[in-house]
Amino acid sequence: MEPLKQHKGLVYPLNRSNVDTDQIIPKQFLKRIERQGFGQFLFYNWRFDDDGSPRGDFSLNSPKYDGASVLAGGENFGCGSSREHAPWAIQDYGFRVVIAPSFADIFYNNCFKNGILPIQLPKPVVDQLMEKAEAEAYEVAVDLEAQTIDGGGFEVAFDIQPYHKEMLLNGWDEIAVTLTYEDKIDQFEEKQKGVKTLGIS
Amino acid sequence: MSQPKTIVEKIWDQHVVHEEEGKPNLLYIDLHLVHEVTSPQAFEGLRMSGRKVRRPDRTFATMDHNVPTIHRNVIKDEVSKKQMETLETNCKEFGVRLADINHPDQGIVHVIGPELGLTQPGKTIVCGDSHTSTHGAFGALAFGIGTSEVEHVLATQSLWQAKPKTLQVHVEGVLGTGVTAKDLILAIIGRYGVRFGTGHVIEYTGEAVRNLTMEERMTVCNMSIEAGARAGLISPDETTVEYLRGKRYVPEGEDFEEVKEQWLSLASDEGAEYDQTLTIHADEIEPQVTWGTNPSQCVPVGGRVPDPEQVEDDRDGIERAIDYMGLEANQAIESIPVEHVFIGSCTNSRLSDLRRAAEIVRGGRVHEGVRALVVPGSKSVKDAAEAEGLDTIFLTAGFEWRDAGCSMCLAMNDDIVPPGERCASTSNRNFEGRQGNGARTHLVSPEMAAAAALEGRFVDVRKYASTVGG
Repeated sequence: MEPLKQHKGLVYPLNRSNVDTDQIIPKQFLKRIERQGFGQFLFYNWRFDDDGSPRGDFSLNSPKYDGASVLAGGENFGCGSSREHAPWAIQDYGFRVVIAPSFADIFYNNCFKNGILPIQLPKPVVDQLMEKAEAEAYEVAVDLEAQTIDGGGFEVAFDIQPYHKEMLLNGWDEIAVTLTYEDKIDQFEEKQKGVKTLGIS
Repeated sequence: MSQPKTIVEKIWDQHVVHEEEGKPNLLYIDLHLVHEVTSPQAFEGLRMSGRKVRRPDRTFATMDHNVPTIHRNVIKDEVSKKQMETLETNCKEFGVRLADINHPDQGIVHVIGPELGLTQPGKTIVCGDSHTSTHGAFGALAFGIGTSEVEHVLATQSLWQAKPKTLQVHVEGVLGTGVTAKDLILAIIGRYGVRFGTGHVIEYTGEAVRNLTMEERMTVCNMSIEAGARAGLISPDETTVEYLRGKRYVPEGEDFEEVKEQWLSLASDEGAEYDQTLTIHADEIEPQVTWGTNPSQCVPVGGRVPDPEQVEDDRDGIERAIDYMGLEANQAIESIPVEHVFIGSCTNSRLSDLRRAAEIVRGGRVHEGVRALVVPGSKSVKDAAEAEGLDTIFLTAGFEWRDAGCSMCLAMNDDIVPPGERCASTSNRNFEGRQGNGARTHLVSPEMAAAAALEGRFVDVRKYASTVGG
């Protein structure tokens, strides 16, 4: 996984609460067997008409947000299905940071596996960010090491679990990390032997 | 005496492989369920890094999301076909047991786990599907994961997990006649919203919960994710034990008596403390219908679509939902016509769901202009329903009787609601486009869906009181 230490980018505000993963990536695009190439389908039903032409009433289609890489969303962002295709689509489209007042648990976790930094901030702060991004082309600089967002006269600190932070800073392959604990897993299984309910064979 | 513990704490403590300051716990996973949509990239990841499946004997795969529910072996969609073939190839290569499309054990992953007895109290269970919370009905700690975590579990049989907070939802009293487990969970989410469970595992307790059958408990736990919860569960009791007795992967004879005691000892202790408790009264709950685009947007069937002018919170969201759904503010729910009825999904496709719907349908006729589908949750549910003639009741009334799969719950196969059309659905999500691009979904119980099929609009199922046990 690509590490993420600092990121500077244009903010795209999506001022809706409960944006679910069905909206982030509709089910007709879940049939691929690869991880790549989902960006073109991001928010598909909001971005495109039935005939595939871009909808003028959806803000991400506005040239103003071309090249945006910081997504600011509403409460409960990423709720619903566990599909990792949602962060794959967000990442592939070009977003590296998602800021929201609250996230759904599974989506939040999925972000870290894909080099995306989800940042939870109080709603008034996110609202402020959104207002700025709606008014003008607005860039912020995110520093994961320092846990700060700098938006030019607008500075805010954020919380993150140390484990998640390390993972992104180092771009860890989590499985490789876990396999360094393989002896512990072996011991655990050894202890479980004879437990009658576990096997399915 | 040791401190009283909740079931979540007991299961957690039994599964910690490694703990370390400043890190989540490394948690052992007892059972990993796999399906065709969220696994291909995980197996590919293993292949690319030369890793194996650590415990094929604790991994079980099936095909459910994409499968056709009619003309079983004619998969017109090449991409769906490839996804299913990929699962078959992966299972063969990595030695994972697979109930494929023609296998007698095939079905929706959250229906077959319990019916095979793979799902058991005290297990940690994961699947690349958010409705894995269903298995919590047995007192298992069961939760949905993303594809990277699927790969992680395949490779290591474990996951890094922060210990969740606990939330008790205590349901006092008794559900009224014609009021189902589906209405109970919709009413809970309707009252507390779609994110009250975030970061928590919900334990459902109280008289109304104890009175539920196992299949009803699965309906409740299934929708825990719609409240944002990491998982939802119910402490095991005699109902749990009796359901599991004789199931294929459950120990027999003396061994059963032994594990039964272990299971019952997992129940939350008297006096155990939760991080939060919510109490609701079952006798206040009525049959529910969702009017909007998330499961908290529901009202009793006798109610009306809300008026955005009259609400404080999320006015824009409510307006957008009403607009998407093609409804009017203050419109009576019973005036809403339906064009499609879907009885199925991991929420409501088990034998008892079909039986209760069939009781409503018996002798009736699907309303003109309504297309109604019954999709059993598994091959085994389908066979059992046919053995007692439920298929005949549905078919005679004008329903379609299909093969098992996720079907119109998420419309990944050909079972799609066309744009702008309306469906009374026993599934779990009424999100925009969930049942097809532009489709309008109203979530209801199987009884309410059956009644809507006959009447061509929503009606209070209690009108059919003579057939719903009244």
